[in-house]
Amino acid sequence: MPDTLLALYVFVLACFIGYFVIWGVTPALHTPLVALTNAISGIVIVGALLVTGLEQASGTAEIMGFFAVLLASINVFGGFLVTNRMLAMFKKKKK
Amino acid sequence: MEISANTQAVAYLVSAVLFIFSLKGLTHPSSARRGNYLGMIGMAIAIVATLLGSEVSSYGFIIAGVVAGALIGGVLAARVQMTAMPQLVAALHSFVGMAAVLVAIGTFLNRQAAGTLNAVLMGELSAGIVIGAITFTGSVVAFGKLQGLISGAPVRFTGQHALNALIGILTIGLAIHFAMTGSMVSLALMTVLAFIIGLTLIIPIGGADMPVIISMLNSYSGWAAAATGFTLHNNLLIIVGALVGFSGAILSYIMCRAMNRSILNVVFGGFGSEAGGAQSAGAVAADKGVKSASVEDAIYWMEDANRVIIIPGYGMAVAQAQHALKEMMELLEERDVEVKFAIHPVAGRMPGHMNVLLAEADIPYDHVFEMDEINPEFASTDVALVVGANDVVNPAAKTDSSSPIYGMPILEAGRAQHVYFLKRSMRPGYSGVDNLLFYQDNVSLIFGDAKDTIEGMVTTLKGGGH
Repeated sequence: MPDTLLALYVFVLACFIGYFVIWGVTPALHTPLVALTNAISGIVIVGALLVTGLEQASGTAEIMGFFAVLLASINVFGGFLVTNRMLAMFKKKKK
Repeated sequence: MEISANTQAVAYLVSAVLFIFSLKGLTHPSSARRGNYLGMIGMAIAIVATLLGSEVSSYGFIIAGVVAGALIGGVLAARVQMTAMPQLVAALHSFVGMAAVLVAIGTFLNRQAAGTLNAVLMGELSAGIVIGAITFTGSVVAFGKLQGLISGAPVRFTGQHALNALIGILTIGLAIHFAMTGSMVSLALMTVLAFIIGLTLIIPIGGADMPVIISMLNSYSGWAAAATGFTLHNNLLIIVGALVGFSGAILSYIMCRAMNRSILNVVFGGFGSEAGGAQSAGAVAADKGVKSASVEDAIYWMEDANRVIIIPGYGMAVAQAQHALKEMMELLEERDVEVKFAIHPVAGRMPGHMNVLLAEADIPYDHVFEMDEINPEFASTDVALVVGANDVVNPAAKTDSSSPIYGMPILEAGRAQHVYFLKRSMRPGYSGVDNLLFYQDNVSLIFGDAKDTIEGMVTTLKGGGH
């Protein structure tokens, strides 16, 4: 099976997982869900690392990669930290 | 230390599983923080496994980028006001979009230098660039609207849809030409047009539809990550992209359903202008036969009530009234009044916005209810207090088939014995529709800033009342 087709398999199956997992999320946590998925989509950092870290990368590619790493890192750190800050506020009634 | 490609693939699999558990954690507030930590671990594993792989061999730019990004992200996360959460989220979405564009172009340059370009790869790169670019400019426009930098009103002109369609077709044409020939000119033009589409796609959508826009852009940022995964043949990016893409898509669907509108209607409909002058509230009210009440009137019914339901809307966020509400809730509970909060799915500027603001004010989440849970309780409720909400309680949605909001599920506040609206003016809600509830016999309006009014209620309650 060609690589692209295999990738398509993975993609379609992952869509199904997404569908079932996300419907389980309680509406009260929809804002943290958006923030968390934001942090997780910072996974493009992996692509950014691969572009930047390539030994033969040209100067232009390295600069582009640097900015991609920077932006994705803001997402990863900002996203997870702000989600944590929000979730810490959700409390049950004190006994 | 360097790890083999197989070890790296296993690490990515572990990371993907952790992300799934992370999202699963949000099923309930009690497991949510653990979920977030699992996500952090998953991300750390993915980053370390990538850095240790054989493909990454120079670290200078990487370290600089990560350190700077961590600092900026950390400061943003620590400083942002909870009311400004939609803006932060829009900004973060734009970063994912731009990162996807940069990664795709960087990959093109690297592969071009190595002479390993092919048509399939360039097609995938085009998808990454186009989706990323739309996400970027779309999110920038959303940020501008939320921050008040550009008007929240929908921008519309004749031929808009035809223009969008034309740009869309041109972009796809250029993408195909680029994939077939590798032409740098087509690549550049395609990128520019995709940035323009993001702009023209979001500009016509009104401020009231922000929850849908935020969800949609959330979805796009996921698809952008998935497209990047296709170009790099990286399954982790594909899986995560699909999860995030679907998350946003489902949220968009939930938001649209809560307004009884289709996603196409939101994207192309240009609903709700934020027009409407600030006329003298009292005068208009009197003209229309609306009763206005004082803080003391409301407290008179609330302090002896069995149950009070509070319905917060975006107006509560604007007035920052949530902390005063919490104080009022405690004072009422001391008098054995049961206090509940009722949240409409599209209240606020992003999904779940109200829940976060109430949580910020230390209001326990077991006091906060969704529409379907709470609607049966209004009939046996003494007082419904509407704080900065409007369309979501408008009975026109049920009774007036000519109304633009007809069919939208509403919170049935009108069934409570007494209803008090906290309003700054007689301006209609975002739909621009007059609220029929104002003219109902059991309904009164208390004019003024929501926070001042609630603080007045707190003072009255502390004063011992009657």
